[in-house]
Amino acid sequence: MGNAIVLKYHVSTEDFTRAGEASSDVKGKLKQMGVSPAAVRKVAIAMYEGEINMVIHARGGEITVEITPEQIKMVLADVGPGIPDIDKAMQAGWSTAPDEVRNLGFGAGMGLPNMKKYTDHMEIETELGVGTTITMLVNL
Amino acid sequence: MTAKQVQEVLGARVLVGSEYLDQEVKTACGSDLMSDVLAFSKDHSVLLTGLCNPQVIRTAEMLDIVCIIFVRGKKADETILEMARDRGLIVMETGHRMFSSCGMLYAAGLTGGEI
Repeated sequence: MGNAIVLKYHVSTEDFTRAGEASSDVKGKLKQMGVSPAAVRKVAIAMYEGEINMVIHARGGEITVEITPEQIKMVLADVGPGIPDIDKAMQAGWSTAPDEVRNLGFGAGMGLPNMKKYTDHMEIETELGVGTTITMLVNL
Repeated sequence: MTAKQVQEVLGARVLVGSEYLDQEVKTACGSDLMSDVLAFSKDHSVLLTGLCNPQVIRTAEMLDIVCIIFVRGKKADETILEMARDRGLIVMETGHRMFSSCGMLYAAGLTGGEI
């Protein structure tokens, strides 16, 4: 793991139009590194959903991406409200997003299910009123 | 079919990416919900949507979507078009509604791909 490449991003909620910039940057860097298109696609989709979630629900946060020859690890940490019921949040179609988020094309209750679908491993640590950290792995 | 054929079937106006119209498109997806698009869309596909904001471009970018078509006469602003230019996407607009646009492309041989 000595040759890991680490990328760090701050996700801001000030401008929804900028949501996804971190995922876009990671996608570009992975392509430059010659990571397989299938893995790049999985990372891009999972991280983008996570980034959008941070903007919608958690007033932003920090994303760390660690790239090794074996895997890509994404850690998305926020200090938002936490997830009251992870089982419900993992159900496709279940959402607490407000109507204005739905008007922007998100909040369909597919975020966490999509993140799980496109990664090889996903862990959620959450505490109400403290925040949520989601760790996702994509094997190379 | 090619993006050029998609344009002809819909009688669509190309706003960005006319230099890429010979690209092949394999499937299409029609939705205003970007999370659904992220869940089900395939490589080299066309996205038909009535949603008109920068997240449509970002969603297309993440999925390697080739061509975005704004349906029912929705107008993309310059911010959206500039983002699409930067990413080498094709953007078109058509006055047809979502259902009609999807039906016209399906009848012409473009399918949604396997689930």
